[in-house]
Amino acid sequence: MVPFGGWDMPVEYSGIVAEHMAVRTRAGLFDVSHMGQIEIAGSDALAAVQRISSNDASKLSAGQAQYSGLLTRAGTFIDDLLVYRLAPTHFLLVVNASHIPKDYAWIAEEIKPAGDAVAVDASSRYALLALQGPAARDVLQPLTGVELTDLKYYWFAHGEVASVRATISRTGYTGEDGFEIFVPPASADRVWQAILESGRSVDVVPAGLGARDTLRLEAAMRLHGNDIDETTTALEADLSWIVGWKKDDFIGAGALREQKAHGVRRKIVGFEMLDRGIARQGYEAYVDGASAPAGIVTSGTQTPYLKKAIGMGYLPVEHTAIDTEFDVDIRGRRTRARVVPMPFYKRQK
Amino acid sequence: MASYPASYKYTKDHEWVELSGERGKVGITDYAQQQLGDVVYVELPEIGTNLKQGQSFGTIESVKAVSELYAPVSGEVLEVNTALKEKPEEVNADPHGSWMIVVRLTSAGETGALLDAAQYQDLVK
Repeated sequence: MVPFGGWDMPVEYSGIVAEHMAVRTRAGLFDVSHMGQIEIAGSDALAAVQRISSNDASKLSAGQAQYSGLLTRAGTFIDDLLVYRLAPTHFLLVVNASHIPKDYAWIAEEIKPAGDAVAVDASSRYALLALQGPAARDVLQPLTGVELTDLKYYWFAHGEVASVRATISRTGYTGEDGFEIFVPPASADRVWQAILESGRSVDVVPAGLGARDTLRLEAAMRLHGNDIDETTTALEADLSWIVGWKKDDFIGAGALREQKAHGVRRKIVGFEMLDRGIARQGYEAYVDGASAPAGIVTSGTQTPYLKKAIGMGYLPVEHTAIDTEFDVDIRGRRTRARVVPMPFYKRQK
Repeated sequence: MASYPASYKYTKDHEWVELSGERGKVGITDYAQQQLGDVVYVELPEIGTNLKQGQSFGTIESVKAVSELYAPVSGEVLEVNTALKEKPEEVNADPHGSWMIVVRLTSAGETGALLDAAQYQDLVK
């Protein structure tokens, strides 16, 4: 167990590689109850969300979710989040555990100009389980009346799981098909046990933070604190698709529009190592044999499924074309790496 | 729980050494591999490298962490287990059989400071 955002969390149960492979080939069950939930409600709730969230929430129907950014006025990431539209004037934001107080304080203050909308930190009301992997639907379906086949990617439905009131969302952080299940904390253990029991015949395993990190990295999903933070903009992070360019003013819009017009100086890349070694967070990157670092690695691991050393990091924009080679300083050794397309792993539909 | 061979000596840094005459075969303990988790990379020194007791002779990297490898005894590197480059996961599967280097001891007196199997087991329990 490790301390993580005020929680004690398992890095691994049976081993990172075993859990990672289970999710890619069968299914794994994660307890991600540490994630925060902030609700925004009121007749002007949409305007409030539109102001603080970079993506365009007006595109969401009730029952639909989207990935987005909580940005500073400079267009950088206070946090990243999922925005769920529970009802036309009621939204649920799922944020990172370690940022709940900061996010809530920011949101409560910044939605004031929007009019009739209030934000509530509802984190203690939700436990969150993530069942991820190709077998996820078959494992979950016997436990719920919600017709999972009809639940599209990034949509959610209310119902019951193992006779417990639940919201089932077809989302995840692994690059695999799967579901995130919101349940009352008091019943979370029952749902956890029921899912493992239902998954026994296909060998569904509990999975920890370690596999969550290697899985999300193979899928090239950004991790706040690593790949995005208050120093990186949505454009530098190549997340232009979560910026609602067509909507009215939102926090960070001015800075991002200006950066879009002038172009970014550095950009995130995905890379794989050509020499042996793992480039980890904080290691410096060098281009053209120069002695001064030109960039930095933000995430890196040996991926269990692809069996390659991969990572993400920032490089000067002129060195970000696919196949561009550069060096990473791995504990004093210049180690060759090559820019490759992201995601590193894409599931077969 | 794997057993710790009584014929090996151990360090507080979780290396083992199997001594035979002036040769010492070196690896990491079962406890060490459990703490590291899935090993994905082992970096070892060149043959001929002269090591001092306690000096780093390489690194071992798992999915979650990087650790230094420390020489349990001073000596010259005679052999390197290059098979671990291709199959680093062997360290997890068989830690007490997955030797990393063989050294020719240059200070035989040092071995007195090493732990025996019972002392090491006390350390990690």
